[in-house]
Amino acid sequence: MSTENITTPKIVVKDLNFYYGNYRALKDINLNIAEKMVTAFIGPSGCGKSTLLRTFNRMYQLYPKQKATGEILLDGDNVLDAKQDLNMLRAKIGMVFQKPTPFPMSIYDNIAFGVKLYENLSKHDMEARVEWALKKAALWAEVKDKLKQSGTGLSGGQQQRLCIARAIAVKPQVLLLDEPTSALDPISTAHIEKLIDELKEDFTIVIVTHNMQQAARVSDFTAYMYLGDLIEFGETSAVFTNPKRKETEDYITGRFG
Amino acid sequence: MKNIDLYTRRRIVNSLGLSVSVLAMIFGLFWLCWILLTLLEHGLPALTGAVFSKMTPPPGSSGGLVNAISGSLMMTVLGTIIGTPIGILAGTYLAEFGQRGWMAPITRFINDILLSAPSIVIGLFVYEIYVVHVKHFSGWAGALALAILVIPIVIRTTENMLRLVPSTLREAAAALGAPQWKVINFVTLRAARAGILTGVLLAVARISGETAPLLFTSLNNQFWNSNMDQPMANLPVVIFQFAMSPYEDWQRLAWAGALLITLSVLTLNILARVLFRQSATTH
Repeated sequence: MSTENITTPKIVVKDLNFYYGNYRALKDINLNIAEKMVTAFIGPSGCGKSTLLRTFNRMYQLYPKQKATGEILLDGDNVLDAKQDLNMLRAKIGMVFQKPTPFPMSIYDNIAFGVKLYENLSKHDMEARVEWALKKAALWAEVKDKLKQSGTGLSGGQQQRLCIARAIAVKPQVLLLDEPTSALDPISTAHIEKLIDELKEDFTIVIVTHNMQQAARVSDFTAYMYLGDLIEFGETSAVFTNPKRKETEDYITGRFG
Repeated sequence: MKNIDLYTRRRIVNSLGLSVSVLAMIFGLFWLCWILLTLLEHGLPALTGAVFSKMTPPPGSSGGLVNAISGSLMMTVLGTIIGTPIGILAGTYLAEFGQRGWMAPITRFINDILLSAPSIVIGLFVYEIYVVHVKHFSGWAGALALAILVIPIVIRTTENMLRLVPSTLREAAAALGAPQWKVINFVTLRAARAGILTGVLLAVARISGETAPLLFTSLNNQFWNSNMDQPMANLPVVIFQFAMSPYEDWQRLAWAGALLITLSVLTLNILARVLFRQSATTH
């Protein structure tokens, strides 16, 4: 669990435990997320990787009976602190989900919706922001002539890039990606992976993925989880070529999971 | 050999099941078509210009239904205007806030009872709490009774339609930092818009043919009346009275009224379907 080579941790997770009712889904997790790097969480289904991701923006708070204990420090501020303003927290931490979730409104309004929550922009500035976000998400060329059309009419891959554009339009510092390509075809997946590579210039990215090749391709650090435990965490190249733990090796070589 | 037997058996069972289903469908359609044909046969000739221009006549003379049509329209529209917002708000509460606490399950249970309550009970209820106190029948009382019929239907469809909205959509909006009221107003209600509207249209269709709740509330009025505080003519009660009468003029008008109600309910249902289909293709 070496973290010494991370220079600036953006997020520090300390002794994190998570409960669905009485079931303990995360067990004493400790890890650091490096700033402006891509960190991947891998592991078999039910290992807690999505659960861990969803604690970073306290998504679990939508549901009764789910709770987290421990600390998640974002730039030194405890995310799990009850006094933490949830909406301001979520302005700093954007999220993209497994299935594309365009809102039932126009492409333009999909992007403007989030921005309007925090900023009072003039029409001109808002147009500029929408264009900026769509360009960042490599979608601008495809939709610039139909911004007034419904976002639900786009293809799956376009919808997912729209969701990424929507998340970055708010200018968060961290981007959480929960299996962002598992519902997409290989070409759309390649699009998004290329995008992740570009986005890490500006954002700290955490990605949950089922696809080990994807983790190897896009991430700088990899965490392997199993049954709520963090088994191994380190630089992606090290985890994949020279895993320290036998369980990790079994998983990434396909002998298990 | 055994496999072939199994295959033939499946084929026989399949065609048997299919024929029984087709027969059941024909049986149902047969009566429906008969009802519609009878309505058209007696209603169409009676549907003259006088129906839309003259008042309901005294026995033995000719006239129209214009006071009943306008009364029905006024009470139906008012009942919908009163009932729809309450129904949508309550349905939204059940779907979006109903996971915790004891209030939602109880509301849902009571709403189910209200949904299946005989409409005559609703009429008697409004009679007891309103008509008895003001000591006369009125359009207000009729609209109130219709509103009470609208509410449970709209609550039920609103809740169902909101539950069909995937929870990931709510999560996505919440993940942007949107407060819950914005998530509901701009995302979930919007996503369920067409379905909710369909529910409202179906509720309107339901109340536009209700007789029982109006018998005890708005009763009837032989004259033109746009004062909601007076007894008010309406198609269902007029049909009820005229159809039971021995006068041929009255019976003809009853047929015309029945056809009018059926046609408007049919239109509303088709409209609801078109709206729902449109929403299915855009989501």
